[in-house]
Amino acid sequence: MIPGPFTYHRPESVQEAVRLLGELGEEARPLAGGHSLIPMMKLRLATPEHLIDLHGIGDLKGISREGDHIVIRAMTTQHELLASDLIAASLPILHETALLIADPQVRYCGTIGGNVANGDPGNDMPGLMLTLDATYELQGPEGRRSVAAREFYQGAYFTALEPGEILTAVSVPVPPAGHGYAYEKLKRKIGDYATAAAAVVLTMDGGTVATCAIGLTNLSETALLAEEAAKAVIGTSLDDAALKRAADAARAIMAPAGDGRGPAEYRIHVGGIMVERALKRAAARIRAA
Amino acid sequence: MNDMTLTREQREARLEGMGCKRKRVEDIRFTQGKGQYVDDVKLPGMLHGDFVRSPYPHARIKSISTEKALKVPGVLAVLTAETLKTVNLAWMPTLAGDVQMVLADGKVLFQNQEVAFVVATDRYAADDGINAVEVEYEQLAVLVDPFKAMDADAPVLREDIKDKTDGAHGPRKHYNHIFEWTVGDKDLTDAAFRKAEVTIKEMISYHRTHPSPLETCQCLCAFDKVKGELTIYGTFQAPHVIRTVVSLIAKLPEQKIHVIAPDIGGGFGNKVGAYPGYICAAVASIVTGKPVKWVEDRIENLTATSFARDYHMTTEIAATKEGKVTGLRVHVLADHGAFDACADPSKWPAGFFNIVTGSYDFPVAHLAVDGVYTNKAPGGVAYRCSFRVTEAAYCIERAMDILARKLGMDPAELRLKNFVRPEQFPYHSALGWEYDSGDYHTAMKKALESVKYAELRKEQAAKREAFRRGETREIMGIGISFFTEIVGAGPSKNCDILGIAMFDSCEIRLHPTGSGIARVGTKSQGQGHETTWAQIIASEIGIPADDIMVEEGNTDTAPYGLGTYGSRSTPVAGAAIAMAARKIKAKAQMIAAYKLEVHEDDLEWDIDGFRVKGLPEKFLGMKDICWIAYNAPPPGLEPGLEAVSYYDPPNMTYPFGAYICVMDIDVDTGVYKVRRFYALDDCGTRINPMIIEGQVHGGLTEAFAIAMGQEIRYDEAGNVMTGSFMDFFLPTAVETPHWETDFTVTPSPHHPIGAKGVGESPNVGGVPCFSNAVNDAYSFLGATHIQMPHDFWRNWKAAKELGAV
Amino acid sequence: MASPAKKLAISLTVNGQPVDGLVEPRTLLIHFIRESLQLTGSHIGCETTHCGACTIDMNGMSVKSCTIFAVQADGAEITTIEGIANADGTLSALQEGFRQMHGLQCGFCTPGMITRAHRLLQENPNPTEPEIRFGIAGNLCRCTGYQNIVRAIQYAAAKLNGVEFREAAE
Repeated sequence: MIPGPFTYHRPESVQEAVRLLGELGEEARPLAGGHSLIPMMKLRLATPEHLIDLHGIGDLKGISREGDHIVIRAMTTQHELLASDLIAASLPILHETALLIADPQVRYCGTIGGNVANGDPGNDMPGLMLTLDATYELQGPEGRRSVAAREFYQGAYFTALEPGEILTAVSVPVPPAGHGYAYEKLKRKIGDYATAAAAVVLTMDGGTVATCAIGLTNLSETALLAEEAAKAVIGTSLDDAALKRAADAARAIMAPAGDGRGPAEYRIHVGGIMVERALKRAAARIRAA
Repeated sequence: MNDMTLTREQREARLEGMGCKRKRVEDIRFTQGKGQYVDDVKLPGMLHGDFVRSPYPHARIKSISTEKALKVPGVLAVLTAETLKTVNLAWMPTLAGDVQMVLADGKVLFQNQEVAFVVATDRYAADDGINAVEVEYEQLAVLVDPFKAMDADAPVLREDIKDKTDGAHGPRKHYNHIFEWTVGDKDLTDAAFRKAEVTIKEMISYHRTHPSPLETCQCLCAFDKVKGELTIYGTFQAPHVIRTVVSLIAKLPEQKIHVIAPDIGGGFGNKVGAYPGYICAAVASIVTGKPVKWVEDRIENLTATSFARDYHMTTEIAATKEGKVTGLRVHVLADHGAFDACADPSKWPAGFFNIVTGSYDFPVAHLAVDGVYTNKAPGGVAYRCSFRVTEAAYCIERAMDILARKLGMDPAELRLKNFVRPEQFPYHSALGWEYDSGDYHTAMKKALESVKYAELRKEQAAKREAFRRGETREIMGIGISFFTEIVGAGPSKNCDILGIAMFDSCEIRLHPTGSGIARVGTKSQGQGHETTWAQIIASEIGIPADDIMVEEGNTDTAPYGLGTYGSRSTPVAGAAIAMAARKIKAKAQMIAAYKLEVHEDDLEWDIDGFRVKGLPEKFLGMKDICWIAYNAPPPGLEPGLEAVSYYDPPNMTYPFGAYICVMDIDVDTGVYKVRRFYALDDCGTRINPMIIEGQVHGGLTEAFAIAMGQEIRYDEAGNVMTGSFMDFFLPTAVETPHWETDFTVTPSPHHPIGAKGVGESPNVGGVPCFSNAVNDAYSFLGATHIQMPHDFWRNWKAAKELGAV
Repeated sequence: MASPAKKLAISLTVNGQPVDGLVEPRTLLIHFIRESLQLTGSHIGCETTHCGACTIDMNGMSVKSCTIFAVQADGAEITTIEGIANADGTLSALQEGFRQMHGLQCGFCTPGMITRAHRLLQENPNPTEPEIRFGIAGNLCRCTGYQNIVRAIQYAAAKLNGVEFREAAE
């Protein structure tokens, strides 16, 4: 359980990091919180020759409001998200989700950039970013570009990130005041990835759902946006029949692998339950407000 | 010592003797990071060893090339089976009478089996080295399912013994068969079943799991070529046994082997056996002339050293219509993995599984156990239980619930009806044990009253109605278990390890100023012996516990003992401590009589010294006696005040307890919540109630983990699927329930202080209690027996199969 | 470009003392602390970031030192279990609480557990039982079942807040 040898780089700017990544090519990996990469290195399932530690880059830290978006720089940790009043007030679902990630120590180190960028279907933030329709800011040798989270995930550990590119920030449109939200995560224990999880953000008009977005975690090769499921509840009062239609529509796009968390059949089943429960809890929040 | 300014209560309290919630002396160092565990020990010039392991569960080794590895900077040597053959150590004997490869000899028999041992200047270089060793394998057919082990076309696992028709425990029926062990009267039992009004039969499995203490297995071996001496620091629950075994297999004189078990980070049975890492580190030290450390990583720990359980128990009970049990018949298929390395007393291939009649008065019983080989890691250790007792308790406690259900009786009522009655003790069980003492009815009734059992059943009935009406998706289970443990191996007439009789020992040496040191043959791994052993001495001879230093784990200084496992420390060593103390007290009495100028018979013991009967002012305290013993002993009496006791117990002790669990399960997700867990333990005389409570908390937490999801699982191809703490369930503080503890006290009649073991009771009683709660929850939907572990998805599957989802 | 084997110089503060070291880039912080600094109180239990036995306090954060490289600690302020006791050498409130409430058995998880609890109480001086359980969920204990660890932390919180410790009702 010892990593292989590598050369350590600690750039002080994004430009320098990008330059290093470009020069060193495939043998280089950026290091953010390290809680996915370092265990892989200890098992020698990852043996990068160069590690580019992003902790020295001040530009990659911080949470700010820019117009109707919240911009979270990539090296912001889960712990910092949880400590942020801005997040608590504007993006409470992010707060709720961050609390369900791993354990306290991991949250001090784990970053939002690492969580969304490495394409691990077990990570919680990608499904949430699909739900919130976030945009990822990327910087590479060709300059900067923005990619919608909904366009970013292509397969397990396979994303729109090009070689040499670094994810620098996540930009999240602020949901309307009074929205309902919930992240329902079923896991075996603290520290585990989701057996199944669902994120819901919705608004209501009178007694019926006006807008709704639903994201799913660890129920396929990538996080999923459950569009049909969301459509199934718009215009409804979230009665039992609508909830069931939404759950079934969500189940229709799930394709999890069987593992220690249970066979695929179970994970699909509880995936639907997570959708129902997240919808109910999101609506209950609005009704209680 | 006779400080007359103190009241009797103050003198008593100052001793911090038995019954006192004495704070632990160990904690001063542990809370400051000053414990010394094996990996904290560093010796000059120390090297590190690490294993190349097989990725395949069953394969022939075509070649091993160490050439590239030897070129890795820092790598000094690579040991293979060929190297070990030069010192006749390619194989080693197991505690169960089998042999085991130290390094793969021609083939591998389980995934992650040890193939080569790389020795390097530090652990980084060693890891680089293992990645450079090239091994060519030819995969063979894999045997995973123990039920197929004895098929005619099963793959041959153990080519070394394939034609051997006799094993260590009698005839073998098949080349993958290890032993058949039978106990009890088959004819009478069969007759009882023929006459029975009611019978049940169920295959009850107790899945494979692992003790996984937080500190893995590790050692540091240092061979001194000049002196010809081998020093071994190791995570050993039984250091003296390790010394003797090393002497026997390495042909080194025993006086030249120094085994030191420093602080140990939990054992739970994992650190009883001898593992290839120990042998390889020792050989590497002999080869290189340098100290060699081996530290197992967590994956290695979970996948290669010592699993527990893996018993498949076909269980039948015969009973009358009124619910009186008349016979028990059990057949066990025991999956032992690739080598039979069970850490049981050597004559007991299935440990004390014949305690399977439990707390019930079965007139007849019969048991047969078949052990088989599979392509899985070896082991079969007693994970926080006396040998195979938790399997037995699970078997009978599940079976009693199944019988209760068939009879339509309440499971508590069925138990009360069949308990061994207080007047039957000492009780001779149908499978050969003599239970020393017990009062089961009192304990069970106290438990039922404490949890308001009748009200719980009413609530459950109401919830079931609500579930049927579709008002809730939650079901409620009430689990009961009543266990009888058998701990304190053991009478040497019954129990030995490779011929080493299972006594234990204590040496007490008091100093002239009235303090002392006690050395004991056991080895704490967290049980707090440094604290509790001194309490026994304090009560026995009136020296405050704070003035007694307790030392264990160094074979050069401690008297020979068999170590700590199977809850044997208090039943055996605890008795030795009391007996050694009493020898000292007898000499002290002679000294006191001489000084006080009376006959010994005219003295009486009074808390911390001797008093002349009827003359309260004539008193001599133990502290003064210590000084006199060295400096002015009575004429003819040799100076000094010390004693040794080797205690061979006349019987085991039989702790028992009544546990009740209340659990709610969401049928849609299988998610459970333990609402309440009540544990009543009777471990006889209670030495330190604080430590007992801590032991119960810990054992219940392990039981909770095992019952609710902790398993070592293999896929059909023999790959182990649970190699890290992500997948191997160790609950955090969030998942762990709150524990309620309670007790009764039924002292052991044969133990000098009436104490029994306790550390393992909560695991033994806890597992069936959780499992019975789950099964009880589903019973109204038609469930008879749902196999463990009861993790979320399996709970959901159960609900689905019962038509509730 | 430096070769991978080339050692890098790091300077940091450990338990209030300045420390310099030369480390391979791949040296894990736990090994630097245990092997180079000879501070063996922090332990290794799982190597996969689950057990928390290697927990140290670094720049005001609880960190699992098996999953961070020593070079990343350059310039850091670190406290290990060896630096938790009071300045006069007496046991800190937490250390005392663990002893008084029997919050440890084998002692292997204890340094990480106490170091974690230390940060928890800095951030939340008056935690509820669920907050304590959630706050120490990154630390596994195989011996105690956590109940007495929770009580130990409650004891310490009470002591630090200058109030009498009252045990939660069973």
